[in-house]
Amino acid sequence: MTTAIRWFWYASPHTFFPVARTLARWCAVAAALFAIAGLYVGFLVAPTDAQQGEAYRIIFIHVPAAWMSMFLYLVMAFWAAMGFAFNTRLSGMMASAIAPTGALFTFIALWTGALWGKPTWGTYWVWDARLTSELILLFLYLGFMALKAAIDDPRRSDRAGAVLAIVGAVNVPIIYYSVQWWNTLHQGASVSMTRAPSMAAAMFTGMILMALAFWMYSIAVILMRVRCIIMERE
Amino acid sequence: MKPRHKRIAAIALGVVALGIATALVLSAFQKNLVFFFTPSQVAANEAPQGKTFRIGGMVLEGSVKREGVDVRFVVTDTAKNIPVVYRGALPDLFREGKGVVAQGQIGPDGVFRAREVLAKHDENYMPPEAADAVKKAHETAAKTAKTLQ
Repeated sequence: MTTAIRWFWYASPHTFFPVARTLARWCAVAAALFAIAGLYVGFLVAPTDAQQGEAYRIIFIHVPAAWMSMFLYLVMAFWAAMGFAFNTRLSGMMASAIAPTGALFTFIALWTGALWGKPTWGTYWVWDARLTSELILLFLYLGFMALKAAIDDPRRSDRAGAVLAIVGAVNVPIIYYSVQWWNTLHQGASVSMTRAPSMAAAMFTGMILMALAFWMYSIAVILMRVRCIIMERE
Repeated sequence: MKPRHKRIAAIALGVVALGIATALVLSAFQKNLVFFFTPSQVAANEAPQGKTFRIGGMVLEGSVKREGVDVRFVVTDTAKNIPVVYRGALPDLFREGKGVVAQGQIGPDGVFRAREVLAKHDENYMPPEAADAVKKAHETAAKTAKTLQ
């Protein structure tokens, strides 16, 4: 029972407020360092691709952004569900704070994907399963934010948002597995948990460094945003 | 059960029900979610008849022929082949032995008249030296196989 009590102690906005500040600062510094290292490896160390030449280098932004867009949605749905189940005040605030960053990464993934698609596939956009489901993810984020903004009472707004966030979570596995389940123009995953990455080691390193940079950036920005929401509500 | 547990159970049940519903909807729309048909699917008459659709596969090695402004090539999935004719600019990554997706209609002569051709690249990224090494290894293997025959 003691662990449960401690968890709820951290879940109180008043204890979380100063902790968030310290964490956010360190994460912001880490994000900058990882981004410098990642861009250095991506642009100067990683070799040219045999098929695509230099155009492939947008992968260092595109793939980490796409990973973040899906992962942040799951985290957002998790906090929304926690708030729904335990009635903790902080959970709803966390979900609200995650949405704009998730939407940003989804937009970046779509935008860089379009810029990558033109020189390689020959088109900015096609309505294949991967691209379409990622676009739906953007609409889910925007819908979540709009729904929450439309309801003034924070408790009711959190509950309504939670339902949308949880329902929308089914889209995430659809995005991830779309390239396996259906014929798509988008290629399959180069990196997965089950096998070695199908890319040169330096390319993989650059991508992982950029992914870490995006993680740290997300944590820093989300914590700052949670602090603002706490100040606003409490 | 505490109200908290009731709510957790409600969420879990909701997610499971939603997952099942989504799986059913997706399997029902399976045909519409497919971006292109493979030559084997076309041969099995799974592609829409007399309508515009997309075919996808590999450009058969040595099949690309340019006739004035027209380009002719064969799309293969190693089992079945479809001849394609296309007028227009091809994407940079259009290569023999690489992936391609073409949109158009099959004519009465069985030739696919493409209105749009897109290149489909794979998920492998490697430096040119590594690609050369892979190619050489394939050629050596092919030669060895020939000598052994």
